[in-house]
Amino acid sequence: MPRASAAALRTVPPTDADATEDRAPEPARAVVSVSDLSLTYETADGPVYALSGVDLAIAAGEFVSFIGPSGCGKTTLLRCVADLEQPTGGELWVNGVSAEAARLRRDYGFVFQAPALYPWRTIERNVALPLEIFGVPKAERRERVRRYLDLVHLGGFAKKFPWQLSGGMQSRASIARALCFDPQLLLMDEPFGALDEIVRDHLNEQLLSLWRETGKTVLFVTHSIPEAVYLSSRVVVMSPRPGRIIDVVDCSRLGRQRPLEIRESPEFLAIAHRVREGLRAGHAYDE
Amino acid sequence: MPMTSEALAPPARPVARATLAEGNALPIATVVLTIVIVWYLSALLANWTGTFDALARAGNPTDLQAVATATMQQERPVVPAPHQVAAELWKGVFGFAPSSKRSLLFHGWVTLSATLLGFAIGAALGIALAIAIVHLRSVEASIMPWIVASQTVPILAVAPIVIVALGAVGIDGLMPKALIAAYLCFFPVTVGMVKGLNAPDRMLRDLMRTYSASQTGILLRLRLPSALPYLFASLKIALAASLVGTIVAELPTGAQAGLGARLLAGSYYGQTVQIWAALIGAALLAALLVQAVALAEAATYRAMGVRSR
Ligand SMILES: Nc1ncnc2c1ncn2[C@@H]1O[C@H](COP(=O)(O)OP(=O)(O)O)[C@@H](O)[C@H]1O
Ligand SMILES: [Mg+2]
Repeated sequence: MPRASAAALRTVPPTDADATEDRAPEPARAVVSVSDLSLTYETADGPVYALSGVDLAIAAGEFVSFIGPSGCGKTTLLRCVADLEQPTGGELWVNGVSAEAARLRRDYGFVFQAPALYPWRTIERNVALPLEIFGVPKAERRERVRRYLDLVHLGGFAKKFPWQLSGGMQSRASIARALCFDPQLLLMDEPFGALDEIVRDHLNEQLLSLWRETGKTVLFVTHSIPEAVYLSSRVVVMSPRPGRIIDVVDCSRLGRQRPLEIRESPEFLAIAHRVREGLRAGHAYDE
Repeated sequence: MPMTSEALAPPARPVARATLAEGNALPIATVVLTIVIVWYLSALLANWTGTFDALARAGNPTDLQAVATATMQQERPVVPAPHQVAAELWKGVFGFAPSSKRSLLFHGWVTLSATLLGFAIGAALGIALAIAIVHLRSVEASIMPWIVASQTVPILAVAPIVIVALGAVGIDGLMPKALIAAYLCFFPVTVGMVKGLNAPDRMLRDLMRTYSASQTGILLRLRLPSALPYLFASLKIALAASLVGTIVAELPTGAQAGLGARLLAGSYYGQTVQIWAALIGAALLAALLVQAVALAEAATYRAMGVRSR
């Protein structure tokens, strides 16, 4: 199997945030560092330019949201970071090593756009899946599964099978599964897309406090402007195909403590407005 | 523990499927009745000339009713009537001690044991081949053509050669028949399992990739469970194929026992009723075996908690 081969072929990774590129102002070493990244899918109908010339550096402890029209390459970008997709150009480092090495090290937890639960496993065994694979002892496995199921309010559904749960509950289970092995880097692809507003608000709060308390780095794809602004320290606005970054909006002035009501504050609305403007500009560019 | 409004709703329960079973009774009865009627008509037509001549030769009345009745009671009819076959089956199953050479149970057991052994060998081989093919491209390229070629060889022609050859090296009795059965039944299992092992969708496989799970881990936790529906479907085919293989293997060897031997003996002596009874016996055996797989399938899904259909 092609395991370490591709990683071995690459050059020595940069060990620190060196001054070769114009990185984000954060002085900390980049958890995800992307430069001039592009990806072209070769399809039967000709090439699809999913990403082109993407530059981005994400520091440890940042919460970065990606927003943009559908088909602009948000999922593709996340999949590149996760080493599920091979970029066709540019450079990509995760925690200072290649994306593949980071994946083999199990550096990140991925939440897919769909719940991707195994139908023959109960909810608790679905959540325990990564722990089983990583060889976590049974007692600890049980304790962690319980803790994270409670976190996403599925404590009473541990013994149910996925088909016995609503779509929203299934996505919550998939979030618990990504959290339960405590990865420092979370890659989340529209995790709350299938939830109703109230549950979504609730989980937004929960995710925010989890992020505050654990200092995890989060890459978060969403379609919702309020959600992006509410959660993020930075919002990356992307243009339609070929996906490129058209604006990076800083949200850190909202502070780290964010009650839900902050979404009505003038500061919040101003930031949301700028994100909307960016999205609109991207659309105009397309037509 | 915190609960959202959504979480309070009780999960849906599966609806009982009893109504479906009731709805099936009528169509099944209709089909069975049709088959029996067609069978009786065929017996009537096929035996007509022979019966007519026989009656005429003996100077008996040859009116329509007499001939029609007589076509149903021939000792060596061209096509025996259903009730004749049923009586022969009854006699074969209940008329003799199960250890008697005249008992259909005895012959059925001889065939069944070789069928099951062959099935076990064939299924294991089929699954092993599929696992190798799915994991190693080189195996697919180098072995697959041979597997396909193996299935184009007419088993009827090969069976005697195999049995004689194995006999020459001291392997006889159950094993040669089982090997021929296995030869016939590994193929559907391989084909079904290759498809089944590749069945899990991209996202489920990607998930395993994000955990950098080992190939063995992926096989046990994802590929094999996903392959089960394909496995059971191919096992049903394989079981029927294994039975055919065993019977074919019993034909050419002058075997003393087994449903195949009964068929052969029946045709030597023109005992059509005996042939048909052995045939129907084999068909019933096949139906029972396939049903057993279906039950095992349902039990497996129930144990796994997968929603049935
Ligand atoms: N495996 C693939 N093969 C070919 N085209 C793809 C593939 N995956 C995505 N695409 C195309 O690439 C573009 C970006 O897709 P995606 O990253 O899923 O967008 P988003 O997540 O922003 O909606 C889309 O036009 C999509 O059709
Ligand atoms: Mg997407």
